[in-house]
Amino acid sequence: MNLVHQTPINTTPPDLVRFEGVRKSYDGIHFVVDDLNLSVRKGEFLTMLGPSGSGKTTTLMMLGGFERPTLGHILLDGRPVERLPPEKRNIGFVFQNYALFPHMTVAENIAFPLQCRKITGAAAETKVKAALERVQLGAFGNRKPVQLSGGQQQRVALARALVFEPSLVLMDEPLGALDKQLREHMQVEIKHLQQSLGITMVYVTHDQSEALTMSDRIAVFHDGRIQQLDGPRRLYDCPSNRFVAGFIGESNLVDGLIDGFEGGEAIVRAPDGAVLRAPAVEGAKAGMKVTVLIRPERMAVHNADGPERQNIVRGLIREIFFLGDHLRLSIAALGLDELLVRIPAAQGEGLVANAEVELAFAISDARILTA
Amino acid sequence: MDTTLEKIKILIAVREAARPARRAAFSLALPLLVFLIVTFVAPIVLLLFTAVNNPEPQAVIPQTLAALERWDGKAMPEEAVFAALAKELAQAQQDRTAALLGKRFNYEVPGMRSRVVSAARMALANPTGPYRERFLALDAEWGSPALWAVVKRNAGTLTPYYLLNAIDLQQEPDGSLQRVEADQRVFMTILGRTLFVAFTVTFLTLVLGYPVAYMLTIAPSGVARIMMLCVLLPLWTSLLVRTTAWVVLLQTDGVINDALLALGFTDHRLQLIFSRFGTVAAMTHIQLPFTILPIYSVMKSIPPTQLRAARSLGAGPLSSFWKIYAPQTVPGVMAGGLITFILSLGYYITPALVGGPGDQMVSNFISIYINRDLNWGLASALGVILLTVTIAIYLVFLRLVGAEKLRMG
Repeated sequence: MNLVHQTPINTTPPDLVRFEGVRKSYDGIHFVVDDLNLSVRKGEFLTMLGPSGSGKTTTLMMLGGFERPTLGHILLDGRPVERLPPEKRNIGFVFQNYALFPHMTVAENIAFPLQCRKITGAAAETKVKAALERVQLGAFGNRKPVQLSGGQQQRVALARALVFEPSLVLMDEPLGALDKQLREHMQVEIKHLQQSLGITMVYVTHDQSEALTMSDRIAVFHDGRIQQLDGPRRLYDCPSNRFVAGFIGESNLVDGLIDGFEGGEAIVRAPDGAVLRAPAVEGAKAGMKVTVLIRPERMAVHNADGPERQNIVRGLIREIFFLGDHLRLSIAALGLDELLVRIPAAQGEGLVANAEVELAFAISDARILTA
Repeated sequence: MDTTLEKIKILIAVREAARPARRAAFSLALPLLVFLIVTFVAPIVLLLFTAVNNPEPQAVIPQTLAALERWDGKAMPEEAVFAALAKELAQAQQDRTAALLGKRFNYEVPGMRSRVVSAARMALANPTGPYRERFLALDAEWGSPALWAVVKRNAGTLTPYYLLNAIDLQQEPDGSLQRVEADQRVFMTILGRTLFVAFTVTFLTLVLGYPVAYMLTIAPSGVARIMMLCVLLPLWTSLLVRTTAWVVLLQTDGVINDALLALGFTDHRLQLIFSRFGTVAAMTHIQLPFTILPIYSVMKSIPPTQLRAARSLGAGPLSSFWKIYAPQTVPGVMAGGLITFILSLGYYITPALVGGPGDQMVSNFISIYINRDLNWGLASALGVILLTVTIAIYLVFLRLVGAEKLRMG
């Protein structure tokens, strides 16, 4: 019998990084990062997502060793590293503008971290070659960084951060300077690299679709605090507050008052008097002001064939936008001027602006947010 | 595919399309161009020409020089030469040009000035032969073939004399080049001193200025602004004022000596002014902004992530700076160093006021020859030598480091 086989496959991998009560302030009054408790699991792709000024980059810089936490601890492999300089952390870092060294060739750039580790000669050459192959730049070793396109520079930065086989790679908005198509291509490439090498990645971005595409887990930052830490699917379906709901994906946030409960469902009254049913959530009480989240693509134009138990809402179509595969309807309803609805183009026949419409959506697609 | 003819037509069309823009650019630059040519380029070219110009002999004694053409250069010239000289010197004495000729010959043959002047006086007073004997009676040197060789050599309106003199060479009567007497070899020493002082000043401004430029780059913007003001302030002050300030500071009874005495670093007053130390200190201070600004402008353009990237890849703070940051500042260091070096080569006011007799640079001697000795030929020749050395150093420098390694800001 091999003992290893008895371990259940589903155990969460051990933590590689732990932030424990980390706070960071530059002026002693305002905290750009506040009460940060976060674990990064070995081998996962964790994204820190948030608007600018939310503290995500500062958090990354503290992990990279370029900023020191004002309070709290950062553990790397169980070891506190707040006072460890960046060069002793063995963490790969890809910067926003790549930070390639312009006076060195691509190969010299990639050999630099090896040189720092006293790996030279044939051993270094093999590693550099392999690193270049890995990012499909085998023939570019002798070029200077300025001779490469943005995407190629990005790949070199990646190869350089990976060549010394760090256990952890940090990326600070690495795709921000690329155009949309290349960005989407690189997202997949980075994700594949991360999976095939089995490395842990902490990725900072303000682009929610990038975060959803690449991440195993996403930490949503706002005002220096993590608002929610979850997988992409859960983050989208079950945001824990208004900010997360608004930041991730398109959303309709309807103000409402809980009238009462009925069989695990809450009855919510919208500002225009309409009554919605939504699954009850923890902490919701009768008479409480709440927000109801309804995603635009979960609503449909009501027809008689739909299920009997569902929310039905009346509204006035303000505008209709044709987007090829789908239509976007802007509807005045539920006390909102612009309730967004997205329906397949085929279902939109006969809809005209300034006409009344009945919308329907499942009770489970209305989500009550108490914060 | 376009035929060759079509391609040529396209090229012509492209050039024609760009013509209005070219014409506009040219006409915008034209006023400055004209101004520069009239006030800067033309005087310099004229002055440089003065270095080889030799108008006096041909103007004053043309017939004598013509008669000398047949002279073999070994024996004494024949009577006809002396007759021509007497006639022309008599005329020169009337025209008051004899002294000019004498002065010109005096550069090459000591004593020629009085010799020519008294001969001219004699020729005017009593214009009769035999001329040779009368000249020899006046001064036996008139019989020397070496003297006549010098006269004959100056038959042309161009002369290498000033340029040769500016590098301590002279033409022997037989035409060969020789170094001048050891006690007269001053100009190479002066040129060497000028180069040495310029090099020292450049080195010092780099050593002192590089850290300041770096501090300017990394300091918080408020502090950086004040620092920048401190760097620029001297630049806005007149060179003469700054030099005079140094004169005040460096006095034997000046502030620095007072302070050193009071602090007990020395028990007697040091000779700071009129010394090499004073010259180098004042020049270094004056040149610092010129070195700092190009370095700063290059440093400012290096993203701070460069150092962070180096650290994250495993290099310590010093090695990051040395291997990643410093190489990227080379264009600024080169530009700043070159500007200071070239400006230092031409320093005049500061060595004149703060330096001693042993600290005078080429420019000071140019000034002396123009203002005091009225020897414009030699002054111009020194200017030519200085300009040549400067351009040569600049070209060698470009060759060594490459033009792309130079960024003037």
